[in-house]
Amino acid sequence: MKYKLLNFARQFALMLLVIWTVVSLVTLLIEVVPGDPATVILGETATQEQIENFRVKHGLDRPAFFFSYSGESGFIWNGLENRYAEYWTGLLKGDLGTSFQTDRPIFDMIFERYPATIKLAIAAMLVAIGIALPLGVLAGSRKNSLVDNAASFFALMGISLPTFVIGPFLVYIFAVKLGWFSPTGSYYPEDIVLPAVTLGAALSAILTRMVRSSVIEELGEDYVRTARAKGVSERKVLYKHVLKNGLIPVVTILGLQLGVLLAGAIITEKIFNWQGLGLLLLEDGIGKRDYRLVQGCVLVISITFILANSLTDFVYRKLDPRIRFS
Amino acid sequence: MSRLAYIGFAIAAMFILAAIFAPFIATHDVTAQNLAMRYFPPSAEHWFGTDGLGRDVFSRVVYGARISLEVGITVVVVSSIFGTFVGAIAGFYGGFVDKFLSGYVFNVFLAFPGLLLAIALVAFLGAGQGKLIAALCVIGWVGYARVMRGQVLKVREYDYVLAARALGASNMRILFTHILPNAVQPLIVQASLGMAGAVLSEASLSFLGLGIPPPAPSWGTMIEEARQFFSSSPHVLFFPGMAIALTVLAFNFIGDGLREYLDPKQRSR
Repeated sequence: MKYKLLNFARQFALMLLVIWTVVSLVTLLIEVVPGDPATVILGETATQEQIENFRVKHGLDRPAFFFSYSGESGFIWNGLENRYAEYWTGLLKGDLGTSFQTDRPIFDMIFERYPATIKLAIAAMLVAIGIALPLGVLAGSRKNSLVDNAASFFALMGISLPTFVIGPFLVYIFAVKLGWFSPTGSYYPEDIVLPAVTLGAALSAILTRMVRSSVIEELGEDYVRTARAKGVSERKVLYKHVLKNGLIPVVTILGLQLGVLLAGAIITEKIFNWQGLGLLLLEDGIGKRDYRLVQGCVLVISITFILANSLTDFVYRKLDPRIRFS
Repeated sequence: MSRLAYIGFAIAAMFILAAIFAPFIATHDVTAQNLAMRYFPPSAEHWFGTDGLGRDVFSRVVYGARISLEVGITVVVVSSIFGTFVGAIAGFYGGFVDKFLSGYVFNVFLAFPGLLLAIALVAFLGAGQGKLIAALCVIGWVGYARVMRGQVLKVREYDYVLAARALGASNMRILFTHILPNAVQPLIVQASLGMAGAVLSEASLSFLGLGIPPPAPSWGTMIEEARQFFSSSPHVLFFPGMAIALTVLAFNFIGDGLREYLDPKQRSR
C-alpha cells in the first residue's frame, strides 16, 4: 500500500512538473516572435503612441521574465512584476489573459469552441473503434488470408493518406455527388459524419494493426488452448477470452491518440469549416496574429493531452495486473 | 526483406530521382502562369493538367518532390544526430542524468501533441522553409533519443564494453567506438518512419498556410490551393495528394520491412 501511494505521488509530481514546464514554454513563446509583437500586430502604419498604448494595455511593456540577459551588463534582475509571473497568477485564477484583437477573455473564447472539438474527437474515436475492432479481429483470426491482406492494405492506406486528401474526396463523393451531408459546416446532426471519418481514418488504421497483432499474440496463449480443449466454441474463445485481453494495449493507444486527434482536428476543422478550437487557433489566433489566443489554445490542448495520458496510464495499470506488480 | 519493402524502395527511389533531376523532368516552368489555361484537364501538353493560375501541375508535382525530400532528409538527419547524442548520454551515464533526460526532458517534449508544437513554433517564428525545418526538428528528435537510450542501456552491459573498460578506455571512447556502432540499427527503422512523418508534417503545415509559402510548389500548398475547385477540377488535388500518399507509403513500407528484417521475432507474425 505504502509503495503504491509513493508511486502514485511520484507520478503525480512528475505530471505537475511537466505541466509547469509546458506552461512556462508556452508563456515564453511570444519572446521568439521576430521584432516587437506590438508592431507585428498593429502593422507598419501604426503610430508610436498607438504602439505604446497597446504595449501598456497588454503588459508588453513589462519584462518577460524574472531576469534578463544582455551582453553588456550580464544578468539583470527584473523583480516580481514580469509577464511570466503575471501569466501564472492569472492562470491560477482561471484567467488566460485578454485577446490582442478583440479584448475578450481568452478563457471564454476557448471554452465556447472547445466542446465542438471534443465532440469531433470523440466521434472520430468512435468511428475508428467501429472500423478497427471487427476488421482487426477478422484479420488476426484469419492470419495471412485474403481478409488479412485486405485489412493490412486498408491500414497502410489509412496511415499514408493525409487528412487533407481524404477530406475533399469524401466531400466530393458524399456531399457533392450523393448529397447526403453538407459539404462544410454543421447544419444537421449527421454533418459530423464526414469530419469524424476524415479525422478517425488514420487512427482506425493504427488500431486495426494493433488489434490484429494483439489477437494473433493472444491466440497463441495457453488459456486459449485450455478453453478450446474444454470445448468452448471458437466464437466464444475469440470474443470472450481473446478480445478481453487483447484490448488492453488498444486502450493505451486510444488514450495516447486523443492528443493526436485534438491536434489533427486543426486540419479537419479547416477542411470542413468546423467551428472548433482548431479553427479558432488557425483563423483568429494565427491568422490575425493574436498571440495571446495562440498561447491559450496551445496550452489548453497540451494540458488536455497530458491529463489524458496520465489517466490512460492509470487505467492501463488498473486493467493489467502484470503492469501493476512489475 | 518483405516484398512491400522492395516496393517502398522502388517508389522512394523514383521520387528521389525526380527530385534530383527535376529541371530535366519538368516539362514547364513551375511558376509560369497562363490565365487563359486555368484548370485544364490532363492532356498531352500538360500531363497532370493545369491549376487555378494555369501552371503545369506535373512540373509542380516534380519540383514538389524536391521540397518534400529536402525538408524530410534535413529533419531526419538533424533530429537523428541530436536525438542519438542525447539518448546515448542518458543511456550511458544512467543515474541522475538519465532520470533528468528521460524522466523529465523527454516527457516535456512528448507532452505536446507533435503537430501542435510545430504549428505553435511556426506561428510565432513566422513561415519559411528554414523555420519549418527547425520546428519539425524540435518535435522529431525525442523519438530518436528514446530509441537510442533503450539501445545504449542494453549494449552497455555487454562483455566487450566491460573488456574495453578494463583496458582503461575512456567513457567517450567506449561510447563512440564500442557502444554507438552496435546500437544504431533500430535508428534506421526510426529514420525511415521519421522520414514519412516529416514529409506528412511538412505537407500538413504547408496546407495550413504555415509551411513553405507560395508560389513554391509544396505539395501541401498545392492541395490547399486546389481545394476550392475540387468538385470541378479534381485532378489539381489528386496528383499532389497521390504524391504525398505514395511517398509516405514508401517510407512506411521501408520502415516496416526493415523492422521485420532486423527483428526476427516480428518476422513470424
